[in-house]
Amino acid sequence: MELVINGESIQVPNEVKTVSDLLAHFQLNKKIAIVEVNLTIIPKQQYETTTLCNGDKVEIVHFVGGG
Amino acid sequence: MLKIGPYEFQSRLLLGTGKYPNMEVQKQAVEASGAEILTFAVRRMNIFAPNQPNFLENLDLTKYKLLPNTAGAKTAEEAVRIARLAKASGLCDMIKVEVIGCEKTLLPDPVETLKAAEILLQEGFIVLPYTSDDVVLAKRLQELGCHAIMPGASPIGSGQGIVNPLNLSLIIEQATVPVIVDAGIGSPADAAMAMELGADGVLLNTAVSGAADPVKMAKAMKLAVEAGRLGYEAGRIPKKRYATASSPTEGMSVV
Repeated sequence: MELVINGESIQVPNEVKTVSDLLAHFQLNKKIAIVEVNLTIIPKQQYETTTLCNGDKVEIVHFVGGG
Repeated sequence: MLKIGPYEFQSRLLLGTGKYPNMEVQKQAVEASGAEILTFAVRRMNIFAPNQPNFLENLDLTKYKLLPNTAGAKTAEEAVRIARLAKASGLCDMIKVEVIGCEKTLLPDPVETLKAAEILLQEGFIVLPYTSDDVVLAKRLQELGCHAIMPGASPIGSGQGIVNPLNLSLIIEQATVPVIVDAGIGSPADAAMAMELGADGVLLNTAVSGAADPVKMAKAMKLAVEAGRLGYEAGRIPKKRYATASSPTEGMSVV
């Protein structure tokens, strides 16, 4: 499946079916991150039930230093 | 005591977390500053670098309140989106509304800032807008229900200090919510001056992170903010045109 993650087209294996799978695939599941799929913020409780489809636009953001 | 919305803080210094030489210096500077409120930005993660160190992940979140900003937003819509993302972390409900209207000066867009603040207040955020030192705009933001007003002292990162003390003091005078002087502070003297004008707090970043010794400067800013506040509370003497002797004028026969 191909997803647009943070603006970049990225191929992910077929085992990646949910947001939870996606984070695990990139080893980001322990990071403080916020996920948006097609402009909708996904609450953490819904990571396992939110399925991803080919072409979905995913944003994975976090906090960085700033003033 | 600084009260912002439902929160109370001992420290009146708010510290930005950007542009430190390295994470160890940053950690020490944050500690030395005594700040309890730290600002952060929201950015895309490098998904291919899961082990990249992140300052926030090494922070004792029971000791600090996070104040994410909406930096990068040029419209109210973008600011609202960033604020919602920040809140979805479950780590914070305060937001520094920052909508930049000019790339060169990084001065805020007053119209978009006002719009964003209104939406975010309706959504239950604790809203602290970064604004110019416009007195009427500060009043309008306050009337909307903003929990603090954060006028800039001078352009972000410029270190020019307080270029319009009159406007700042007028904003402070009319305020019914805390006024936090944000942006442009260069030296401890600037921070002390803001506090002497009656500001409730100071938010700075580059003045510390860009100093030759950020840890020492963090401590200097802590002391300056405390000194300025104490001076404000103590009430300074009026300025006089001519001298007044400090020593008694009686019993001067010996000279």
